[in-house]
Formats: sequence, C-alpha cells, structure tokens
Amino acid sequence: MSSAIEIAAAVQSGERSAIEVLEEHLGAISERESEVHAFNLVTTDQAIAAATAVDELVAKGGPLGPLAGVPVAIKDNLCTRGVATTCSSKILEGWVPPYDATVVTRLAAAGAIMVGKTNMDEFAMGSSTENSAFGPTRNPHDLSRVPGGSSGGSAAAVAAGFAPISLGSDTGGSIRQPAALCGVVGVKPTYGTVSRLGLVAFGSSLDQVGPFANSVAEAALVCEVIGGHDPGDSTSLPQAFPAVSEHLSDGVAGMRIGLITEMMGEGIAPDVAQRIRVAAERLAAAGAEVEEVSVPAVAYGLSAYYLVAPAEASSNLSRYDGVRYGLRVEAPTTGEMMELTRTAGFGDEVKRRIMLGTYALSAGYYDAFYGTALKVRTLIRRDFDAAYERFDALLSPTSPTTAFAFGDKTADPMSMYLNDVCTIATNLAGHPAMSVPYGLGADGMPVGAQVLAPALGEVAMFRVAAVLEGSLA
Amino acid sequence: MSIDLSVWEIVIGLEVHTELATRTKLFCSAPNEFGGEPNTNIDPLTLGLPGSLPVLNEQAVELAIRVGLALNCKIDRSVFSRKNYFYPDQPTNYQISQFDLPINGEGWLELPSGKVIGIERAHLEEDTGKSTHVGGGGRIHDATYSLVDYNRAGVPLLEIVGRPDLRSGDEARAYVSELRAILVAVGASDGKMEEGSLRVDCNVSVRKHGDAELGTRCEIKNINSLRSLGRAVDYEAERQIDMILAGERIEQQTRHWNEDEGRTLKLRSKEQADDYRYFPEPDLVGLAPSQEWIDQVREALPILPAARRHRLCERSGADTAQAALIVERGLDDLCLAALDCGADPSRTITHAEHNLSDPKALELDPEMFAKLTKMDADGTLSSTQTKTVLAELVQLGGDPGAIADTHGFKAMDSGELDSVVDQLIAENPEQWQRFCEGDPKISGFFVGKVMKATQGQADGKVVAGLLADRVPNAAKE
Repeated sequence: MSSAIEIAAAVQSGERSAIEVLEEHLGAISERESEVHAFNLVTTDQAIAAATAVDELVAKGGPLGPLAGVPVAIKDNLCTRGVATTCSSKILEGWVPPYDATVVTRLAAAGAIMVGKTNMDEFAMGSSTENSAFGPTRNPHDLSRVPGGSSGGSAAAVAAGFAPISLGSDTGGSIRQPAALCGVVGVKPTYGTVSRLGLVAFGSSLDQVGPFANSVAEAALVCEVIGGHDPGDSTSLPQAFPAVSEHLSDGVAGMRIGLITEMMGEGIAPDVAQRIRVAAERLAAAGAEVEEVSVPAVAYGLSAYYLVAPAEASSNLSRYDGVRYGLRVEAPTTGEMMELTRTAGFGDEVKRRIMLGTYALSAGYYDAFYGTALKVRTLIRRDFDAAYERFDALLSPTSPTTAFAFGDKTADPMSMYLNDVCTIATNLAGHPAMSVPYGLGADGMPVGAQVLAPALGEVAMFRVAAVLEGSLA
Repeated sequence: MSIDLSVWEIVIGLEVHTELATRTKLFCSAPNEFGGEPNTNIDPLTLGLPGSLPVLNEQAVELAIRVGLALNCKIDRSVFSRKNYFYPDQPTNYQISQFDLPINGEGWLELPSGKVIGIERAHLEEDTGKSTHVGGGGRIHDATYSLVDYNRAGVPLLEIVGRPDLRSGDEARAYVSELRAILVAVGASDGKMEEGSLRVDCNVSVRKHGDAELGTRCEIKNINSLRSLGRAVDYEAERQIDMILAGERIEQQTRHWNEDEGRTLKLRSKEQADDYRYFPEPDLVGLAPSQEWIDQVREALPILPAARRHRLCERSGADTAQAALIVERGLDDLCLAALDCGADPSRTITHAEHNLSDPKALELDPEMFAKLTKMDADGTLSSTQTKTVLAELVQLGGDPGAIADTHGFKAMDSGELDSVVDQLIAENPEQWQRFCEGDPKISGFFVGKVMKATQGQADGKVVAGLLADRVPNAAKE
C-alpha cells in the first residue's frame, strides 16, 4: 500500500485516479474487516461519490488539496453530516448529525475520502476498545489481542491497511496507546491547536483530536490540514498549526532530550523499557544530549485524571436522556423515561465514570476531589515546565506493555486504567505528545516510543519522532 | 392588611432575571426572538446536540456591562460554570451560568425616594426552554405527556441579585420599577414582565424591629406584574407573622404566587440545599473585559433615570414624586427643553404631571409648550382655557396663541366679570340665598351660569372668589 503522500501526489499528477485508490482500500477492507472489526460503518457510497468528485476536479485541472484522493477512517465520535455517529454507544442509536466536525470539513476540503467510522470504547472511555457496544476491534498484528483504545478502530484501520490515515481523539492516551499497540504513528497535539467542534465531548478540558498514520511525515501533514484556529471552538488557539512538515529532516543534533525516570521503572515491562533505552541511545548517537529527568508530579497524574475526566464526562453525558434524540425507552413519566433510557443506553464503564464524576463534583466533596485534582494539574504543569527549562523534548514508553489479550484487564478497572500511566499527564498539562513505533517486544508485538514536548512544541516533537523513525530502518 | 408595622419588619430581597435584547442567543447564532412557532429558533447548540460547542455572544457581554455600570457594580474577570440538573427543557441537562465569579459584582440602585438598595451581583446565564405538561396536575410528575419548546433555550439572561434591603411591598415595586427603567434606558431589555423579559423571584422574611437576625425566608415565584409583587409580599408577610404568632416555625420554602386566589402556595421545601455540582465550564475560557472596553461602554451610557430625576428637580423645583412620574413617562426632556425656552417652571411641571398622559405629548414642540405655560401663568388664559389649548396642541400641534384665538379665548377684564356676576345674583335671588347660607351644591350653579354667559372665558377660580366676596358678612359667621 502507498502512503498518503504518495497517493496524493499520484492523484494530483493524474497517475492514479481517486476511485482506483479507493477501490484498492475497499478491497482491503472487504478482505479483513470481518476479523478486525475496525469500523462501525463503512461509508462505501459516500466514499465513491467523494472520490468521483476528486477525479472530476483532477479532470478540470484542480485546485486539489494536499490529501487529494487519500482514504481516511474517522473515529465514530466525530460528527459526520448525514452519517450516523454512535460513539460506539447504544444511547445514540438512530442519531444522524446534521453537521460535520471541523476536522472532517478540513479533511474533505483537502481532498481526503472518508471510508468509514471507526470503532472505539464507548464515549472514548477505555484502553482496549472492549467497551464498544458493538463488539471489540482486534489487533491486526494478532487477532487474539486488543488494539488498545479508546481509538482502537482508527489505529487498527491504519495498521490493517484499510486507510493510510485516520483520525482519533485523545483524552488520556486514546490515540497514543492504540498507536503503540498497533505499531503505527499517533499524535496528540497541543490542547487548542485542533478544533473540538463536532467532537462528541468526553472530558472537554482534556480531549484533543489527532491523526494515525504509518509514518511521521503523513501524521505531520494531517496535523497541518486539521489544525489551526476555529472560531467555533472557544478553546481553540488563535494561531495556525506549527509548520512541522518542513522541519522533519532537521535532525536532533544539539537538542536536549530527557528520559522520564518515573516512566521507566516499576510497572513498565522490561522489554518495553529496553526498547526505549535503545531509542535514547540512538537519539544520542544522532547528536542529541540525552539524560534522565524526573517529573515527580506525573506520579499523581492517574489519580487526578480519574477525577477530572469523569467529572466533566458526568456533565457532558447528561444530555443523553431520551428527550431529544437517540435511544428512548418509553415509560409512564418523563423522569422514569430518562432513567430507563440511560440505564439501557450506557455500558458499565460509562456508568462507572458518570458515578465517579458525579461524586467528585458533589457538594462537600468538590474541594477534596475535583478541587484537589485541579491543584495536581497545576503541579504537573509546573513540573513539566521545570523539565522543559532543561530539555527540548522528553522521551518515555507510550504504554507500559505491548498489546494484551482480550479479557485480560476487563475484570479489574484499575489494571486497565494503569495502561494510561505514561500518557495521561500530557493531557492534564495540555501538552503535545506522540507515539512512534519502536520495534517489537519479547512477544513480537509492537512497542511505541512516546515523544513529549511543551505546549506548541510540535516542531521539536516531530523532529525527534522523525529521527527515531529513521533510526529503525 | 392587619400587619402591625410598629412591631414587625418585613425584609425583602429580589432576584430579577432579565432577558437581554440581543440579536442572537448567548452561545450560538440562533435568533433571540419572542414568539414564533415552537422549535424554530434553534440550532445544534440550542438542542444540545453531541459535538456542539458554545461561543460567547459579545453583544450580551456588552449589555451586561452596561447594566453593571448603571447599577454601580464592579465589573470583574468572570468565569462561566455549569449548573447540573436534569429537566427536559434544559437541553444539555446543565445550565451555563456564572457561579463564584460573576461579571458584575457589588453595586447599588437608588429608589426615587432616595433610599439606596444594595446589589449583590448581576451575572450572565442562559435561559431554559419552555415545558408544557399535559394531563395530570399540569406538573411533570403526573403529566400524561410533556411538550418542550426550545425557542427560549439559550436566550441570554442577566440575573440581578438584590440585597435584602427592601422593607415593604411598595418599596419592592419601586425597586423593580426603577430597575426596569434602568434596563430600558441602557437598551439591555424591553422590560416586559408579561412576555417574561423581566422575571421577579421574591424572598420574604419577617422579624420584630430590633431583631439582629433575619427570619427564615420563603422565595415566591410566578410574579408577573408589579401589582402582583406588592400583593404577594403583603400576603406572604402576613402568612409568616400569623404562623409566628401561632407559635409555628417558618419552613424555608419555594412558594408559588396564585394571582386568582391572591395567595402563595408551597411548591417545595428548601430546607436541604439542591446540589447543582457546579464546576467551571471547560468549553469556555475566562471572560476578562479590558478596561478600555469598559470605559467605552461607560462613555456611551445614556443618562439614567435617577440622574434625570435629580436634574429635573434642580431645574424646575419639582418634588421627588412629580419628578419620578414625569421621568417615568419620559416627559423630562420636553420639560427641560421648554424651560430653556423660558417656560414657567411651576406650570410646566403641573401640566406634565396632570395633563400630558397621552403618548403624543412626547412630540410636543417645547417652544410652543413654553409659550402656553407663560400665557397660563400671566393670566392671558384661564386654567380651563389652558387645558383646552394644551389638549389641542398635543393632538394637532400649532401655536397656542392661534389656537386660543380660534376658540375666541381672551382673558376677561374684571369689571366685565363683576357686572355679569352681579346680574346673575339679581336674577336668581332664591339660589343666592342658599349660596349665602353655605349650601355647597349651589356654588356650581353660579359658576356654570357665569361660564355660559362668558362663553367659557371666565376663570372658574376667579368667579368663585367674586361670589365669595359678595356674601354678606353676617352670613359668613
């Protein structure tokens, strides 16, 4: 399969038609989708119409966008006009958005062709895609293992060759962790650089949309296409997305890179830690100054995250009540109707987090829980700031282990939550981070290296990622 | 009313919600319009659709600042919070409001009486939709079905929380009336209570004079007019005093004012505070209006009702009640312009107070009005004639002199009037006898006859004086 960049170039030059490219990918989907289950919906008709439109544009001589004719898979929590958007939840049954998310609009304007909506943990709550109401996605590298989550479908779609690029959302690691587990590149950009308008909210102050791709360069291009100011999102930053593509070959000579101590010890599988040490050595060999650095407050990240994210989720998900759209379970009174609808429509993990969040925000508990979590958030930001005074970028594993087997962690929510121990602090700080495939673990499954950078430090982050990618070849 | 106000003190604090007169809603571009077919002024955010996000309406912020400045509030950095509760007319099941950091902090408002009422805060929030519960008792709990209209959902509201500084139903009415005048003056609201643009929740408690602590309060909802406000306060105060006198404890409640029955009825107990799980709205950033913007808004503020009253009193010698009435009718500019044209101050105020209730009076030519007040003051026209001319001036315009001429009005010379009076006394001896004996019914008889004889040109007061002069001294004792 070709990369997104190669496809766009071929379509732009007329060497290949968008329809031809699409058919190739639809072929791959029909071959393996039944075993992988990356998609909640494959949008064949819309994709054919969009590809035909691109080809007509080519025939007319343009203008063509940078992703002309490139198939893309979209996580099913991004609104798509006229196409069901389910968040892999029964509660949104039958709902069809009347609008596209800003990122979807921008991809389409760049010529990308949406091939389907990808499976996910319900409302993005989970780390294995096992919390989907429509059944789990399987890891294309080993169908007995999870693809990670919550954007498991988007990661698997790229890993399986269903589309060269896809979009996910990352609230606590939901792009980076599945990218690591599926052996693809996944980026969580700086909070505010990519519009959240049309992203179904989970934890609004943490959510960020980002790409999956097979290469750092493709991921960079997608970030530039979907990023930049959106007046429809009040938390959107005023500037354009940092120009990362033009710096991919800058190298890391002279850069200072810190290896995060707290993410290299206890709880991290030795084979995973070993791969990250190799990554650090290769960066040093490429001319970077690499040292270990302690970011002490990240140790409290998980606790703070599991107060902030559920608190916001408990409020964000209160709108699903059967009154206006989605599932409705009829009952004699409005109150009972709401109760029965929410009971039937939400899965266990979503209910667990709604309860956690409701409790954390309750009068008398707010200061002890939500209030304290906000303070921890400030501490995490402060500790990162201190680290970034000495370092241009940081390095860690993305996930403590490689992809685990189905059912391994479903019985104990805490063991599942611990999967996000390396990724969560980034969301609390609002910083960018990305996962780059870095070889295989002892079990032959992909390991991801996480590159972290300060807010709007995407250029440094992508430079490091590009060097890592090159050092594997 | 049987409250002994020498013993009891009524303590009232009002929360006034006003819809801001913006073009669009507080956080989206759906129109902010009253009326309309149900569910037509809506968009994805109004319906709380997944993926929709709020974007703050700058016009709403400016109107909020205008009101804040007019109420002498401190304009501060503010934060929006979510107030979480489930109700079908609340599309997201949370209301975006301001909690610990409101846009307008402490301020005050001066009543026409001169009393100053404290303002605790005036914060921005979004309105809810409107529910109609069909069947059962008209409440959501036992309705057969409920209908929701989201046209109003997301309309910007300013909640103005007053201090419990009011002490009577009349004072509460004066407060709302003054607040409404301010809101209208700064263009923040049309002030229509009947359309719900202005909604008043009234907290009432009672205590004995000299008590340091406030009594337990009840909040009264569904007050739809100034008249209801006064009635509701009086009813509620009496209810609470009766309970205390009967040895009962006042329970903190939300009560519903029933206009037809003229009483308040318990809606729910407020002994346990509701838990709204407030937290900062993560979809919005903090609101920090620049000093430059605040100064611009301040510069552009019109003169406010209290200042207009003071100005009118100073220029014309009107008393506070007269000034309040004239300013409320919007006639103060006319009066001031007339004074600039040399109008008689006292006649100007008297006519504005009593003879200019017709809205067309606002269009009076101040110069002509001034001229008329002078003709009135110097006796060129009698007071009856002046009224006639003024009424015509209001309806048709023109010059008061010319209008007086067309009616043949001219001041009568007193010798002429003397002889008319003497002649009538001579012609009606029987009636004159009764007049001299002090029969009050007969005086109108003579005044009427004089008016008829002079074709209305005589001044009634002058005629009465002439008649009184002719009563023999013996009869007066």
